[in-house]
Formats: sequence, C-alpha cells, structure tokens
Amino acid sequence: MSLLTISGSPHVHTQQSVKSIMYGVVIAMIPAIFVSVYFFGIDAARVLLISVLGCLFFEWIIQKYLIKGPVTINDGSALVTGVLLAFNVPSNLPMWIILLGALVSIGIGKMSFGGLGKNPFNPALVGRVFLLISFPVQMTSWPMPKALFGEGITDAITGPTTLGILKEGLDAGKTVQEIMASPTFPGYVNDLMGAQAGSLGEISALALLLGALFMLIRKIITWHIPAAYIGSAVVFSGILWMVDPTQFIDPLMHLLAGGMILGVFFMATDMVSSPMTARGQIVFGVGAGLLTIVIRVWGAYPEGVSFAILIMNAFTPLINNMFKPKRFGEVVKNG
Amino acid sequence: MKTFTLGGVHPEENKLSADKIIEVLPLPEKVYVPVSQSLGAPSKVVVEKGAMVKTGQLIAKGESFISANVHSPVSGKVVKVDDVIDSSGYKRQAVFIDVIGDEWEESIDRSPEIVSEITADRDTIIKKINALGVVGLGGATFPSHVKLMVPDGKKAEYLLINGVECEPYLTADHRLMLEKGEEMLIGISILKKALGVSKAFIGIESNKPDAIEHLKRLCANHQGIDVIPLKVKYPQGGEKQLIKAVVNREVPSGKLPIEVGCVVNNVGTALAVYEAIQKNKPLIERIVTVTGKSVAKPSNFMVRIGTPVSTLIEAAGGLPENTGKVISGGPMMGKALTSLEAPVVKGTSGILIMPAEESKRTQVLNCIRCGRCITACPMGLEPVLLAQLSENLLFERAEAERIMDCIECGSCHYTCPAGRPLLDYLRLGKNKTGLLIRNRVKK
Repeated sequence: MSLLTISGSPHVHTQQSVKSIMYGVVIAMIPAIFVSVYFFGIDAARVLLISVLGCLFFEWIIQKYLIKGPVTINDGSALVTGVLLAFNVPSNLPMWIILLGALVSIGIGKMSFGGLGKNPFNPALVGRVFLLISFPVQMTSWPMPKALFGEGITDAITGPTTLGILKEGLDAGKTVQEIMASPTFPGYVNDLMGAQAGSLGEISALALLLGALFMLIRKIITWHIPAAYIGSAVVFSGILWMVDPTQFIDPLMHLLAGGMILGVFFMATDMVSSPMTARGQIVFGVGAGLLTIVIRVWGAYPEGVSFAILIMNAFTPLINNMFKPKRFGEVVKNG
Repeated sequence: MKTFTLGGVHPEENKLSADKIIEVLPLPEKVYVPVSQSLGAPSKVVVEKGAMVKTGQLIAKGESFISANVHSPVSGKVVKVDDVIDSSGYKRQAVFIDVIGDEWEESIDRSPEIVSEITADRDTIIKKINALGVVGLGGATFPSHVKLMVPDGKKAEYLLINGVECEPYLTADHRLMLEKGEEMLIGISILKKALGVSKAFIGIESNKPDAIEHLKRLCANHQGIDVIPLKVKYPQGGEKQLIKAVVNREVPSGKLPIEVGCVVNNVGTALAVYEAIQKNKPLIERIVTVTGKSVAKPSNFMVRIGTPVSTLIEAAGGLPENTGKVISGGPMMGKALTSLEAPVVKGTSGILIMPAEESKRTQVLNCIRCGRCITACPMGLEPVLLAQLSENLLFERAEAERIMDCIECGSCHYTCPAGRPLLDYLRLGKNKTGLLIRNRVKK
C-alpha cells in the first residue's frame, strides 16, 4: 500500500471552482452573443473573436515573458474579459482599436495589479472606458441593426443609441413624449429584443436576462448587487419621472435602453471588484444605480453604467471595511 | 423547518451505512487505552505493568476538575504503560492491555432489561457520571459532569440533545437513535433531573426521517422531551448553531451555552449516562461508523475503547486497494490518521476511508474575492480576511476581527472555489492569537 495522505480538515470540497464560475459566466453570455450576431451580422463575430483572442494573447505573453510565472489563460477569466470587452464596443470598431482595448484591459486593468483576483477595477470596463475617452468618434458611431424580423439596412449606416436619441432630443428642447413618438425611435419591444443601435452585447435585455437567470440558478452570482442596482436605479429615475415626465425618461426605458442590464448582471457582479459581504453588495448596488442615473440625466455622456460601476469599484475596499457581516452572538436577542 | 440562520453549507451527504444495524465487534486481541481521552488534564494511571484487570475496572483517575476517569474496556493483563500515536497524530500515554476472556466488574448490570425508574438524586447522578468516565461523545469530549454543574448565578432552562449528525458519511448517532432510543430517552430524563430543567429538545436533521418518527413515538411516554426536525445544513451539530436552530438564542461571543440557559449533550452521551446511572456501566464502548465509497462493507460497530482502527477496517471488509486517506471522524472536521494502529477513543465517531483520487487537495489559486467563505461562515466571520491577517502575522487585528469565535467547521475551505486552505491559516491564527491572549492575562 502506498503512503496515506495527511492534511487538515475539511477533506471534501465543493464542485464549484474558479474555472466553473468563469466558464459559467461565458455560457450565460451565449444568448447575447447570438443576438449580437443576428442583428449586426458577421461584424459582431469579428469583434468578439478579435477581442477574445487579443485578451488571451496578451495575458499569455505577459505571464510568460514579462512576469515569467505560471500561465493561467485557461482559467476562463481572460475569456470573460474578452467577451465583455467586445460586448461594450460597437460592431464596426477597427481591429487595431479592439486590440488596444484588449491590451489595456488585460495589461493595465488586470496584470499590472497581479492578475486574477488582484485587480481593483473590472478589466473589461477599464479597457472600454479607455477606448471611449481615446476614440470618442469610433466608439460612438453605432451601426444600425437590422429590423427585428426582416431584412437589414446597409451596414454603412450608423445612428445614435436609444439613450443618445433621447439625450439629443432633450438637449434640443423636445419633450420625452415627442422624442419617443418619432418613427425612428426603437421603442420598448425593440429595446427588449435587441433591435437598437448600441454596443454588441447591450442591445437585447431579454437575452441578457436569460443569461442572468442561468447565473442565479447556478449560484454563480447572488441577487444582492443586481437587485440593489436595479432597485435604486428604478426608484431614483422613477422619482424624477414623477416630478416631470416630459423631461425625464421613465424607469422602464432606463432599464431597457443602454447597458444597464449588461452592467448590472455581468459587470457589477464581477466578484473580484465588488464587495464580499451581502450588506456591502447592497450598498455597492445602490450606489451604482444612483450614479448611473445621475450620469445619464446630468452627465455629458448619454450612458453612465461603465463609469458608475468603475466609481463603485473604487469604493469596494472601503465598503468591505465598513460593512462587516453580522457576527454570530453580536446582537443578543433571546426568545 | 427550523435551522440556524447564519452561513452553512450542504456537502454531499453520502450516508452509506444509514441502514446498517449496529454490529458488536468481536473483542480485539489487544487494546491501547489512552489516559487522555477528554478535554482537560490527562488522567493518572492507577494500574501497574503486569496487573490483571477486569472489564470496567478503573485504570486511570481524573484528578483535576476538568478531567475524566478511564476504565479498562476489556479484561486481561496490563502489558505496559507507554506512548501510542492517537488520532491527533501526537504521542499520548496509554495503557496497553492484552485481552484475556471477558470478565466484567460484578457491579455492572449486563442484563438486556431496560431500567426505566430513575432513583438516583441529583448529586448521585453527577458523582456517578464523573466516576464512570462519561464525556461528551459528540466529538469535543468535554467531561459530562462539569456540564451538569450549573455555575452560581446561571440557570439552565433547556436541555438540548444533539442528534443532528451533520457530518457527511457518519451514521453512528442515527443508528443509536433507532436502536437504543428508549435507553437514550431515559438518559435524557436523567440529565434533565440533574440539571433541574423541565424541557428537553432532541434536534434531528430531516435526512433521518425514520429516527424522527421513531423517537416521536417513544417520546409519548416521556414527559417534557420533544423531537425537533431540522433542515439539513452543515454545521448544525455545532453547539451554538444547534441552540440557534432549536430555541433561537445566540450564545454571546466567548461564552458558554449556559449563558442563554441551555445545556447541550449528544445522543451518545445520553445513552452513556443511562448506562452509567441505571446499569453502573462505565464508558468503555461506543458506536463507530466505518465507511467510505470504496469500503466493501460500510458498517456501524459497537466497539470497545482502545481497539486499533485497523481492526475496525478489517471488519468492514479490509482496507481498499486505492486508499489515499483514512480519517478519524467525518470529512468536514475529522483528522487524517497517521497510523492505522491508532486506538478508538471516547470521541471517535467514525472511520472514513477516502480513495486516492479524493484525498489530494485541489490546486490553490489566487483568491477571487467572491466572498463565498463569508457567506458560508456560520459564525459571521470573514475567513478571507482572517487568513490574510494570520498569514501576515497580524494577530492583534485578527483578534479584533474575532478569530477566536471560529469553530473550525471548515465551511470556508469547503466552499472556496480557488481551493485556498483557509482553515489551515485560521487554525494557525487561532493558536497564535490564543497565546497572545493568555500571555496578556498572565501579565
């Protein structure tokens, strides 16, 4: 008989691993991937492929030649970053810009801090915001999707996102109702299904919600951040809307247009850059929801999800310190 | 269904031996009886080399307040008093006895008849429990008489009986409740009398519906004892978790259950109390589950204390070919054995044999700060933070973050997707922090 192993307890371990979590997130993104290819065609596949390969390549080369440590590109985390980065850019983005985004995401957003688990900010969002600020024109010229059912219009046509149309209209002095009555405005159903101009992965709330459901069932994410995020965004935008429905967008449109659902379920819930306790996660979600609406309503950009999440990422260590879990035996209540 | 509120995990139950009737293991050829089998000071050996002993004869005497007497589990000849490697992996003083026949002390009532009437008064009960070496059989092996002496100013309201058996694989308590239920209930009544409480609750997880039904039926004849079914969740058998689950009270940090009017005893302890008080039988045998996925014959054995683990494994079909680890206890809190000659002691609830492929730990990756360890911690601690503080030797901060509240249940390590050995760090941290606190008290 061979020698027996001696180790401290516990001697059994859960099936869930870093890998299973990461690949679970990738599976959850598949519906949104299909939707993006459906509406934007082969261009969407091109962006996804370049972004994913770029992220994997940069992680591999940095780990192997710069850090000279173990290569962990098969843990699934770079794959998640690659898909998320692609989800956050328009489908006509030139290859070199995508690769630059991948380099910033992985190189600066992740590896410079020590790799997986050490990054304070969501790497995909670091890359996305870098691109948005550096290449505002390319990053905001959105190809028009084809119609929900039927033929597409030509690829060359670009147009503003739903939130862009609204912001432009409001700035021009129109009311929300006038803007939404326009025949070119996508409307609720198209925004739910994905027939709107926008970044690859954000267009269909329905596809993203399907993936989110999968992650919740598989216990990859918990409800705390999404519920707090959506709750605070709905309450805050709802108050504004009730004050003046002609000047403020209603909460449902806030949810369906732009990157809210993508951000809420796939980026705010990034475990590395969000708080660890349930209490902290709720604070994080509420903060991100408020900031998103503040930026959308009063900011220079029509969209605020990326900035809101990045700002809350910066607060994560503070939140972790301030919102400790409820200790057993801390509050003595008997009966 | 009731359960505790904070944290907890649900590992695969794997109760392979749940329907295996308790078998009396044939007497071994020799036994090694450690003199320190309970929490507290080691007992003093009172027999000499060469002496002949009877089954049930006192062989080591507990001399301090927290310590317990040890009795000879067999009749035979004392070969030597020497060190033996026990389940902790440390050498401990033990009495080595060669088994000759099976001659019991005359005072012990060996008839199968159940003695229901409780004639002993409170003081006699406590004295006898002390004299006959009864300790907590749930695992911590705290001397039982100490628990029954309620400190001045405190009052016991409830007696909680732990039939949870939340450790995967183990079924010893389950079988005991099914096969020795009546005796156990009398034992509970004795404990109630000693504590002066009118209410006892038996907490049992719902994965043992037969035990719940059986005891509920038997309880009809026993006043003031109720069965409380509990939702399956580890570590519900932890004293503080059980109290929270059954009577919804939280034992304050650093305090004992009596602080909230509770005393907790294991079902095995209740049976041992019955045997001590009604039958004059010292604690010399216990039920041990021998199990594992690769084990030919998963079993529940009635085993004399001091029997080498190897004897039990033989009786369960022998050590499987691909064995990678042998654990004394369950998979969550049990100890990996360094020697198969380690003796069964009062606290041994099971022997778990793990195949090689399940014996190695997974690769340790970077913490991804998912917070699953925090969600899993039944004490509301932050294992990730405590492990970091321990790793960096910041024990004052670890103390402030309440590292001493850790019950070492292993839920954090179990649940960590990065396979980080959180409990290893926490044990180190607890050890060093405890030292720090003791030194401070000394000054």
